[in-house]
Amino acid sequence: MAKLDQGPPNYKEMLPPIIKENYGKWQYHEIPQPGVLKHVAESGAALYSVRVGSPRLVSIDFIRDICNLADQYCDGHLRFTTRNNVEFLVSDEAKLKELLETLSAQGYAVGGTGASISNIIHTQGWVHCHTPATDASGVVKAVMDDLYEYFESMKLPAKLKMGLACCLNMCGSTHCSDIGIVGVHRTPPRIDHEKLRKTTEIPTLVASCPTGAIRPDPKNKSVVVNEDKCMYCGNCYTMSPAMEIYDPRNDGIAILIGGKVSNARTAPSFSRMVIPFLPNNPPRWPEVTEAIRSIIELWIANAHKGERLGEWIERIGWEKFFSLSGLPFSEMLIDDYIFARETFRTAAGFKY
Amino acid sequence: MTEKKTPLLDELEKGKWPSFVTEMKRAAVKSESAGELLQVLERSYVEHRGHWKHGGIVGVRGYGGGVIGRYVDEPETYPNVAEFHTVRINQPSGFFYNTKTLRTICDIWEKYGSRLTNMHGSTGDVILLGCKTEDIQPIFDEYSEAGFDLGGSGSCLRTTNCCVGPGRCEFACYDTLEACYNITNEFMDELHRPMWPYKSKIKFSGCANDCTGAIARSDISVIGTWRDSIQFDQAAVKEYAAKNFDIQGLVCDKCPTKCLTYNSQAQELSVVAEDCTRCMHCINMMPKAIKAGKEKGASILIGGKSTIVQSAFMSSVVVPFMKMEVESDFEEFKDLVRRIWDWWDENGKSRERLGELIYRVGMGKFLRECEIPAVPQQVFRPRANPYVFWQQDDLDKSGTALDGSKL
Repeated sequence: MAKLDQGPPNYKEMLPPIIKENYGKWQYHEIPQPGVLKHVAESGAALYSVRVGSPRLVSIDFIRDICNLADQYCDGHLRFTTRNNVEFLVSDEAKLKELLETLSAQGYAVGGTGASISNIIHTQGWVHCHTPATDASGVVKAVMDDLYEYFESMKLPAKLKMGLACCLNMCGSTHCSDIGIVGVHRTPPRIDHEKLRKTTEIPTLVASCPTGAIRPDPKNKSVVVNEDKCMYCGNCYTMSPAMEIYDPRNDGIAILIGGKVSNARTAPSFSRMVIPFLPNNPPRWPEVTEAIRSIIELWIANAHKGERLGEWIERIGWEKFFSLSGLPFSEMLIDDYIFARETFRTAAGFKY
Repeated sequence: MTEKKTPLLDELEKGKWPSFVTEMKRAAVKSESAGELLQVLERSYVEHRGHWKHGGIVGVRGYGGGVIGRYVDEPETYPNVAEFHTVRINQPSGFFYNTKTLRTICDIWEKYGSRLTNMHGSTGDVILLGCKTEDIQPIFDEYSEAGFDLGGSGSCLRTTNCCVGPGRCEFACYDTLEACYNITNEFMDELHRPMWPYKSKIKFSGCANDCTGAIARSDISVIGTWRDSIQFDQAAVKEYAAKNFDIQGLVCDKCPTKCLTYNSQAQELSVVAEDCTRCMHCINMMPKAIKAGKEKGASILIGGKSTIVQSAFMSSVVVPFMKMEVESDFEEFKDLVRRIWDWWDENGKSRERLGELIYRVGMGKFLRECEIPAVPQQVFRPRANPYVFWQQDDLDKSGTALDGSKL
């Protein structure tokens, strides 16, 4: 019989000795080379962290491999980051070079520090979720392959964080990323009335619709969807298996940009939609990788040093961003949901 | 099993970024379910659609959450993933592991599951990806025996998460690792037995860089800060200057409140401490020369959530400064969140996140009923409309006009 409510393993038992000794007494850090952090404690002790990219979806063989490396070079200590990278914690400087050589020889991706593109926070996609409008792992792999040079170097104007969500539940951080990749539907749900009667709590279903497009149909013991009010969010399907909404020919990806969570310089901000739709084109999603690359290259060419993507655009103005990028601006990009008005330009100052 | 082809997925083994397809194939060598998962995914790539059935309710005795049930939509074609459930294991604070612990996770999973994992889920859990219903209880029993517990799912307190904090960061303003561990243990019941209107998440970030994305990804966001002046090491400032680092351009000019001044003659920095909003920019740029103040704690922000239903919210300030001391067992924080959760539990509609409830009934009502004082730090700017609700009981209800006549 299992012990209940024992909680997570105690992190204290898993800290390397150098961290236990210098806990809360770190003096400063620097980045000697891409993918390597050096933290120096008040005591003078130095800890090297070697950051390695991970596909997040990994086999236990991968975990055992990194355990072997950690045993060999880090006295059995490693951690993961909040962006799902692996960090080898090296307290013996002599072993740092050896570890880096081994990682390079075995084809590990070392990087993700400083002004780089780090790992893409992403979701389940077609691998395990029932509501996706696109895949997660495949799109992430395609985008990271395309932008790999920016993972292993630190030559961007500032850090760039990306998030991918396979539907607009937006699990993860897509809504506050420099670049957010979001799976979207474009057609209303198909109601299976028979199934709905057997499986669905109708009031919950009605309440789930952000635009009030669903009303009960007591005569049929089912619901009616006002298709003019539906913007295909799919939340009704989350509530009811009778509201299938996937549509292979019309599902795809929207791109949002300019968000951040850090408070440095400017307040945290949401990412904003700049491309309402790109097709699902597995396995490489070329339209998506190309669109993201051109946005990033435009930012590199124009931003001041230290300027996050959203900070750059806010400085030059979104109208200038659209003219520089050549991205088509359409009514789809003008907000028409509950907080829309504050996004309109209530000023006469703008650029032509 | 005959070897099935996966031409589309094979493309994703090329390129420099580590390949999830390679990982799935490695798992598939010894796991039939991982092999079949590849087939299902290949088919999704051909058909541009998912193949997982809606929902699924499974779990372990004693808990109301922690396992996400999943069934493939063609069980006859794919019998090994007919049931393919996810088990969430609560991760250690800061994702610090020793190899013994990680190997234990692998060994148990090898016995029962698909050999596939996510390290980690967005909320923080170790995700064990794919097992049969009959194995869920034995899996839990074995992990429990080895010192692990399930994470959260459903309308409960979800698994809490934190940044690396004092474990390896000179910016940390409180002990995020201990706060996460201590507070998770305090609210085990709320985590394992869903009892609320909807999910509730807590994330602990040690400073305003917010490396857990707490402001965007948690209902209750605990962001480290300080109350006195940033501290300078002027000798270190001179070292930056000696390396021709552009202190004026890259640091002072980007200060949002322009409270930081560089004297290029003396090569010294000074600050108008009361004007600093502690954004972290100067500290990030010159970590050897600038440090946080001495009086440390955290700002408590609440209401963060993603799009559904009323669009995405970021958390907003409710308590500008709170001590987060290990010695006091985080009692002040625990007391605050209990008041907030009680109020939400009482007033929240089904599937209404805390932020949406506050938006529906008003921040004023929330603050009043949770006994949190209203302060200017809670708003970017005051309201522009005059539509104010007054507490009628606080007014003169005698019904008498100034000239003494009855109203």
